[in-house]
Amino acid sequence: MKSLIYSSIATVGLLSAGAAFAQTGTKSDPYQLNLTNGVTDISNQVYGLHMLMFTICVVIAVLVFGVMFVSMYLHRKSRGAKPANFHESVKVEIAWTVVPFVILILMAIPATKTLIAMEDTTEPDMSVLVTGSQWKWHYKYMDNDVEYFSLLATPREQIGNRYSKGENYLLEVDRPLVIPTGQKVRFLITSDDVIHSWWVPDFAVKKDANPGFINEAWTMVNEPGVYRGQCTELCGKDHGFMPVVVIAKEPAEYEAWITARETEQRKAKEEEQRLLAMSMSMEELMSEGERVYNAACAACHMPNGEGLPGVFPALKGSSMALNDIPGHIDIVLNGKAGTAMQAFAKQLTLSEIAAVVTYERNAWGNNTGEMVQAKDVNAIATGQ
Amino acid sequence: MSTATEHVGHDAEHAHGEHHHGAPAGIKRWLFTTNHKDIGTLYLWFAFIMFLVGGAMAMVIRAELFQPGLQIVEPNFFNQMTTVHGLIMVFGAVMPAFTGLANWLIPMMIGAPDMALPRMNNWSFWILPFAFLILLSSLFVEGGGPAFGWTFYAPLSTTYSGDSTALFVFSVHIMGISSIMGAINVIVTIFNMRAPGMTWMKMPLFVWTWLITAFLLIAVMPVLAGAVTMVLTDKFFGTHFFDAAGGGDPVMFQHIFWFFGHPEVYIMILPAFGIISQIIPTFARKRLFGYASMVYATASIALLSFIVWAHHMFTTGMPLAAEMFFMFATMLISVPTGVKVFNWVATMWRGSMTFEVPMLFALAFIVLFTIGGLSGLMLAITPVDFQYHDTYFVVAHFHYVLVTGAVFSIMAAVYYWLPKWTGRMFDITLAKWHFWCSLISVNVLFFPMHFVGLAGMPRRIPDYALQFADFNKWISIGGFAFGLSQLIFLALLIKACRHQGEKVSDQVWEGAEGLEWEIPSPAPYHTFDTPPVIK
Repeated sequence: MKSLIYSSIATVGLLSAGAAFAQTGTKSDPYQLNLTNGVTDISNQVYGLHMLMFTICVVIAVLVFGVMFVSMYLHRKSRGAKPANFHESVKVEIAWTVVPFVILILMAIPATKTLIAMEDTTEPDMSVLVTGSQWKWHYKYMDNDVEYFSLLATPREQIGNRYSKGENYLLEVDRPLVIPTGQKVRFLITSDDVIHSWWVPDFAVKKDANPGFINEAWTMVNEPGVYRGQCTELCGKDHGFMPVVVIAKEPAEYEAWITARETEQRKAKEEEQRLLAMSMSMEELMSEGERVYNAACAACHMPNGEGLPGVFPALKGSSMALNDIPGHIDIVLNGKAGTAMQAFAKQLTLSEIAAVVTYERNAWGNNTGEMVQAKDVNAIATGQ
Repeated sequence: MSTATEHVGHDAEHAHGEHHHGAPAGIKRWLFTTNHKDIGTLYLWFAFIMFLVGGAMAMVIRAELFQPGLQIVEPNFFNQMTTVHGLIMVFGAVMPAFTGLANWLIPMMIGAPDMALPRMNNWSFWILPFAFLILLSSLFVEGGGPAFGWTFYAPLSTTYSGDSTALFVFSVHIMGISSIMGAINVIVTIFNMRAPGMTWMKMPLFVWTWLITAFLLIAVMPVLAGAVTMVLTDKFFGTHFFDAAGGGDPVMFQHIFWFFGHPEVYIMILPAFGIISQIIPTFARKRLFGYASMVYATASIALLSFIVWAHHMFTTGMPLAAEMFFMFATMLISVPTGVKVFNWVATMWRGSMTFEVPMLFALAFIVLFTIGGLSGLMLAITPVDFQYHDTYFVVAHFHYVLVTGAVFSIMAAVYYWLPKWTGRMFDITLAKWHFWCSLISVNVLFFPMHFVGLAGMPRRIPDYALQFADFNKWISIGGFAFGLSQLIFLALLIKACRHQGEKVSDQVWEGAEGLEWEIPSPAPYHTFDTPPVIK
């Protein structure tokens, strides 16, 4: 039975090894063992609590298992041990009820303090509305005229193992959220469809995005940098593919960024109106449509337009994609209530929607030959 | 009243006298059986088959996660695997295994001739295979089976789910009916059929823990039935229980689900506490330390289990006061749980220990379950839970308490009572191989999950960032090894059922005490026709 004892010692050894290595582990270290310290005062407090709890648990484990292993060694029949007769002791039993209770109170005090601080979302310097939807995040700056979607930037070819994987595989987006350092940023978190959860480990912020309700969280980042996280509530097929990336910039840099972004968005809207008068050729529509389709539609309707039977409908050969042009434009613009089909009016420009509808009506053997232009989409969008 | 009962009992004995010659032969024996031992055997084999089926799904999950990228399955099928793996292991493997043990052991432990409601006993078993046929067949319908996690959070399980949700709902209903009937049977048996002199505080702890478990089942399985019914009507009949647009609330689903779900966790661990409390004293050759405190601790855990559910929901945006309440209540659970662990260690202290296979599993249970319990204490701390929630740290935690906790206790129980059931000692060499292979592989499988979870890997994802690749490879290797190790167990069980092995004495284990060790080995088809008198 020596082997049992050795393996048991090894188990305790593993635990204490965990404690020893607890301080190691930097970002994207393949052998990171421990929670990140993070870059906010709160995340530091959380890390401290985590280490406190971990240490207490290791001490308890070593004590309990220690007594057990000593007993397993000393009080073996093969060593000639004769069983004792005791089977209760009120004093001992009261002691090992009361002592853990006191330890619990000692744990609860710092935990409660940190919790109260984390939930204090009052007096923010700025607010961002974070909206989850299958499978992307939308950020809207409440104090500026800036809003945009943030999608996974990792190419499908990397996920399918056709290209080699990049350094930030699955943790990279096309348009990260940008926030200033040293300011209290409040996040208003909600969802357009199922429940998602917005998590940035370095901020110790994780909050569910519930459809129809708005949750609050906040952070104040100390160091500029790029911070990566993921959706942490199962939200359907591509739950593993909706990362969160936040860039924290110095306030001056941030101000410059948000101003430039505001101008850019205003110009884009003007440009969109100007383009209404222009028509695109079939070739232009199809190539632009294919790009938009693969970015926005292929996750559900699949790159071959066949959907997932019983889950996501096929577009190839569907009566809407072959016949009903206004219905087709309308469903892309406004989505379909009560289904996973979301509204793309905010996500795509009028000409992008025109292109993707044209693409869907002419790809995979849907050869209708029909073209949809931005002005047709605008007509439906404005109810003309 | 007591004379009337005796009279009826006497008549029944005459009417069914022929059964006393032994079990009927053929398939009808198993289809129509009302014998608690037969039904126990059916439950246990069913649970083991489901354990292998659910395990095969875990192998699919681990194969996909062996390296980053999508290789083997599509994300939608991956989600079906995680969902059905969870449902099968909880409702198909662990719960029926405990019910099987209850059927075999409770009448023998309290000196009763059978369970109180034998026909209902037959029914509560035989509807189970249909429940799981429905669930498994849903994987083959268009769009696939349930893909929303075993916790089936709305609206993912309502507006956004496939049509197979209806099959999922009906199978859960059947499982629930089966569990409730089993629980009623346990309660009625223990209340009414204890042998003379078997007072409450003389009952073996396995009986006590199962009695309390049965009350938990009756309290919460109807809540689960309500939750799945609301999912059904939200999805198919236009209600809006969980849809904010119609005045409902998706978070309310989670409150209802976890009001069932947390007591469910203890339904899967209290009988395990009972088993360990039977095994440790036998092989320490010393009476269980603190019997009364064990009973009170079990009851306290059961009561507390009703006021901690929202610790599964700290990130849903509950009010601060609720977060604090559920944090404190959850931390409290560690007090009675600690009492149990301390009692087991004190039982071993100054005992005279030997390390037969049931004892090996029981000792592994104490160490590994405690590791799972301690990570549970860490998870109770709300501000830190924000970091742990829905990561692999949680996956590590609940697999330590469910696999190395509940499942190891079931294996310990099977090794402990199997010689009593078959009358022969199992193949000890195979059993030791099974133990050591399982012990090593299960830790390679679940221990590194703590690390990837703390490093930031969310659960329920089919693909992951490159920094998690190395540990995931180890986790998968551990998973395959643990899966293969269970085939040793299968071989051992088949040998045991073929009555191979040395004959054992009535007591089987030196140091075993209790009524079940006083009847012959193998246990005759009918035991305690005349109740024993307990001094």
